[in-house]
This record gives sequence, structure tokens and C-alpha cells, in this order.
Amino acid sequence: MSGFFRPDLRQRAEELVTLYPRRRSATLPLLHLVQEQDGYVSEAGIEAVADLTGTTPAEVRGTASFYDMFHLEPVGRYLVGVCTNVACLLSGGLEMLEHAEETLGCAPGGTSSDGVFSLEESECLADCNFAPCVQVNYRYVRTRTPSEFDAMVDDLRAGRRDQEIPPHGTHSRVKRHVTLRATKEEVAAERRRQSEARAAREAAKEETK
Amino acid sequence: MAVLDAPRIVTQRRGIPDSHSLKVYLDTGGYDALKKALGMNPEEVAAEVDAASLLGRGGAGFPAGRKWAMLRRSPVSYLVVNSDESEPATFKDHYLIEHDPHQLVEGIIIAAYALQVTQAFVFVRGEFALGIERITQAVNDAYAHGALGSKIFGSDFSLDLVVHPGAGAYICGEETALIEALEGKRGFPRIKPPFFPAVTGLYGEPTVVNNVETMSNLPWIILNGGAAFAAYGVGRSAGTRLFALSGRVNNPGVYEVEMVKNTFRDLIYDPAFGGGITEGRNLRAFIPGGVSAPWFSPEQLDTPLGQDEVGALGSMLGSGSVVVMDDTTCVVRAAWRITKFFSRESCGQCTPCREGSGWIERVMYRLEHGGGRPEDLDLVLDLCDNISPGLSWPPAQTTICVLGPSIPSSVKSAITAFRGEFEAHVAHGGCPYV
Repeated sequence: MSGFFRPDLRQRAEELVTLYPRRRSATLPLLHLVQEQDGYVSEAGIEAVADLTGTTPAEVRGTASFYDMFHLEPVGRYLVGVCTNVACLLSGGLEMLEHAEETLGCAPGGTSSDGVFSLEESECLADCNFAPCVQVNYRYVRTRTPSEFDAMVDDLRAGRRDQEIPPHGTHSRVKRHVTLRATKEEVAAERRRQSEARAAREAAKEETK
Repeated sequence: MAVLDAPRIVTQRRGIPDSHSLKVYLDTGGYDALKKALGMNPEEVAAEVDAASLLGRGGAGFPAGRKWAMLRRSPVSYLVVNSDESEPATFKDHYLIEHDPHQLVEGIIIAAYALQVTQAFVFVRGEFALGIERITQAVNDAYAHGALGSKIFGSDFSLDLVVHPGAGAYICGEETALIEALEGKRGFPRIKPPFFPAVTGLYGEPTVVNNVETMSNLPWIILNGGAAFAAYGVGRSAGTRLFALSGRVNNPGVYEVEMVKNTFRDLIYDPAFGGGITEGRNLRAFIPGGVSAPWFSPEQLDTPLGQDEVGALGSMLGSGSVVVMDDTTCVVRAAWRITKFFSRESCGQCTPCREGSGWIERVMYRLEHGGGRPEDLDLVLDLCDNISPGLSWPPAQTTICVLGPSIPSSVKSAITAFRGEFEAHVAHGGCPYV
């Protein structure tokens, strides 16, 4: 694993592991980090996550393959998701998906011939007041007509929305910059103190009865 | 006419620019509730929440105070906040996390103090990239402000809060599946009993799992008192609640509504809320509480927006999402798409759900797309009956979690109310609307 993450991401990977009482809990955020570096969940990334979490590559792959957002095969720089679930269906979601297929030249699950765009048929993206809902790299773009969609695609190709929409895999651009306040021993001591205080309060309550 | 006497509680900063920033939050009374709570003892804080009769806003509607009471005796525990909002047509938590993340953080700290928990997690749906950025920033800022970390605001109470990103799985909204995901595993719901993570939760330890909206109500409840909250609404359905309105309405959106005092008619037609059906058309049916809920017909429009009132009519308020279908809506297509959703999102552990959802989806698909047979309607209902025997409400349970037994709701509703339309699909050899 030592060589997998580039230096800045490696530091974050090591920090992530310390945020949880058990290392394996960092699996999902670490897999997001693998996608930030490689654009998808690569085999080398899986091995690196297994090393960091004290599990096996098979266990990490088993977890990764369960979740829709983890792509085990490379995808385009822009992952376009079009929702066709019930609220969007009532507002033209299926028609928007068909239009996206035409514009991008690929079916859901596929990638455009230039490799820039991948398309997915999404389940509800929780933005139903802007139906039909479209996301690019999990950012809401709120293009509700075919022409708005095409203009958005042109903008992405020309790099005009780079500020707003980072490449696929970059999940949160805001990083946690605080570490935990205490060591595990301090946390355990704090809990003991609290449970004693609680017992004392309850005893006092009993007495007043 | 809609009743608008109640204050805006969780949406009090609606419309204020940069409502997600610490500065705006502090300027509008932010973290005052936490300071007040830290001056009370934890039992008093919990008692206020009990008095508020705050029903969990995630979907099941379990009283938050009672959930906490199960925990208060055990010393070691975690607080996990469920922000994995994925029930189709539900987008209220999306609003709260993007527009008022500090209110959520403050609510979490107050809950953690009441429970005397020193480690909390907020599990945010992976598709909420902006939401995750906003709450991560809010957590960073709260630490810097002294509201998180060691000795919060100079008190003896300390808390760490970690933002945990999900990765795209509806089932992780189920609290035991969410805990599995938080442990770094596939999101498989756990076998019950134990029924509550309060008994065996994260890492096998007692854990409370609460919803975003539930937490976001806490600052107001602490500042104004549980009794003030319970004064709004009626009976068990106290306070206000967020409703996510979508589908064929003029003004889809998230609305904060006093419980029970308003009806579905108010929500859909009143200019303060939905403003009526798109293009002035007629209502055909509506879903009262997420796609897991049985549908309502126009006759039920005057039902009050209350948990027990909707429950008495054989459906649920669930996650508070109302989907409006008008006379241009093909109900076969809508029911098929909902089944397709469940089929995609079934985790695959239990046979009735894994197999049943796929079978129903395929039969519904052929009904909508021209391959339907006259016997298909009864076949679909029979498949539904195999997943949840009796097709009663609340549904009978054959599976580890409630995803499976939720599948028949929409299909049964659609066939019962619109059997003629299904038959027309068979006779026409496909959807007559296309």
C-alpha cells in the first residue's frame, strides 16, 4: 500500500483511519479517496484500503461492490445521473434520460466514445422540486429541459464548470481539519466518570424519594 | 385554507443568504440552545424532549424521548444520525443539511449531552456532495468555535462528531444496515431481535440512531421548552413537520406544516403550499408518505396531516413525502417504476424480497410495455401476497427488514383503485397513454 496514495491523499487516508474507534469503519471514506485519486476503485486501491483497515482485499471488494457509487471499472471524467424514479417520471424523467442517451451517444451504464461522459439511470436523488433531476458527479445541475442539458454538456466539455464540478471521484472538497480531541484511554476514562456521575445522580434521586 | 399559526421551527432561516455559515447561524441565535442545555443536567434535557412528544421524523415515527429512555441506563454508547435520505420523493433532509447544517450539528450535540455520549457520527447520503461539504465545514467551524471537542463551552462535556459519507444504497437508511455500513461492511440489515440498536448497535454497543429532522428540532425545543413544542399539532402528533411535495403540482417543494391542523388538501391546493395541480388538471391519486406507503385517492384529501390520522386509513405519513398524480399520469407506469426501484435496491439477503421484487417488476414491465396477459393482475397480487401474506396494513413481515413488505403497497393500491386501467393496458397491448 505504501506506494499507492499520492502524498496529500496518503496523509488524509491515515487521518481517516484515526477518526473511528475501529479501523474498518474507515472503509467507505477510504474507497471515496481511492476514486478521488484514480477516478474509479482500482485493484491497487482496494489493496491499499485493505492494508489501512486491517482487512483483506476480498473483504474490501465485497464492501465496494455493494455500493452504487463505487465504480469497479473506469468511468468518464463526468458521471451523468438522470433520475427516472416516480417524482421525476411524472415530470419527464424517462424522456430526459432518452435525450441524454442521444446527446452523449451512450446507453445507461455506458461511456461516450470520447471517454469523457458516463451515463447512469439514477434512483431518487432527493431534489424532486427540480424534477426531472440531473446530477453530474453527484452535483445537482438542475437542467430541466433538453436544451439546458445540452448547454450544460457543452459547458463541461469546454471546461467552463470546472470550479463547480470536479472530476469524477472527488467527493467532498471540504476536508476535515480537526483531529479527535482525545486518545482512546481518555475517552474510556471520560465514560467511566460519566457513568459514575449518572449513578450518583440516580442514587440522590432515590434518596429524595 | 391552510392554518399558519405555528412558527417556522426547522426552517426558521429559510431565505436568509448564507444560512449555512457559522456567522449567519450565530447572528440568528445559533448555539444559544446548546449553552442553555449545558446549564441543565442531562436528565432535564431529555425530559424536555419527552415533553415535546417529538416523534422520530425518519419514517417509523417512534417517539424520540422513548428511544433515548432505553439508552439512559447503559454507560457506553454512540449516537448515529441518519442522513441517508433515499426514500423516493423525500427531500426534506437534503434541504436541512444544505441550508442549515449548524442547526443539525447543534441538535446532535444537545442529543449527545442528554444521552451522555462522547462520540457521535452523522451518516450522510453519498449523493449529497454539497451537503457533505456543508456539514464538514460546519463541523470544522463548530470545533473552532468551541461547540465540539474537549470541554464544550467550558463545561465538563466533551464530544467528537465524525461525518461519515455513504456510497449509494437505499437500504442504508435502515438503521441496522446503516450501522453495518458504518462498520465498513456491505449494507445488510441485521437479523432481529434485538429490535433496536439501543440494545446491540455499533460495534455491538448500545447505540441511538436518530433522523436529521428529529435532531434539527432540538435547538428550538430547548430554547422554548418541550411544552411549547407540544402546544402545536394535536395529541401524539406534536409540533410542525416538513413535507416534501412533488409530482404534478404547481409549487413542488419542502414545506413546514403544523401537524394535524392542516390536511392533504391544504398541502396540495393552498397557494401557501402546493398551489394546485399542474395546468389546473384533476387529482387522480397521491402517495401520502413515501413510495413504501399505500396510495390515497381524492376522497382522502381532507385527511389531517397527522401520524395516527393517516395510519387509521391504512397508510402512513412515513417520511413526509407526498407525490401527486393527475389525470395525465399512467398509474401502471408509476407503479412499475416504484417496483423497479425496490428490485434494484433489495439487498438480496431474503428470498421473498430478492426474488419477489424482480418477478413483480418483470410482470409490471410487460403490462406497461405491451406483453401483458389478462391473468397477470392476479399473478402480481399473488406474488405480493407471497412477500407479505394477507396484504394487510401494516404489512406482515417475512423478511429481515421492512423493504420487502413495502413492495406490495404501490402495486396493490394501483390495481385495487385502477383495475380497469390495467385491463386497458392488456387489451390495448401496451400503454394507451404513449
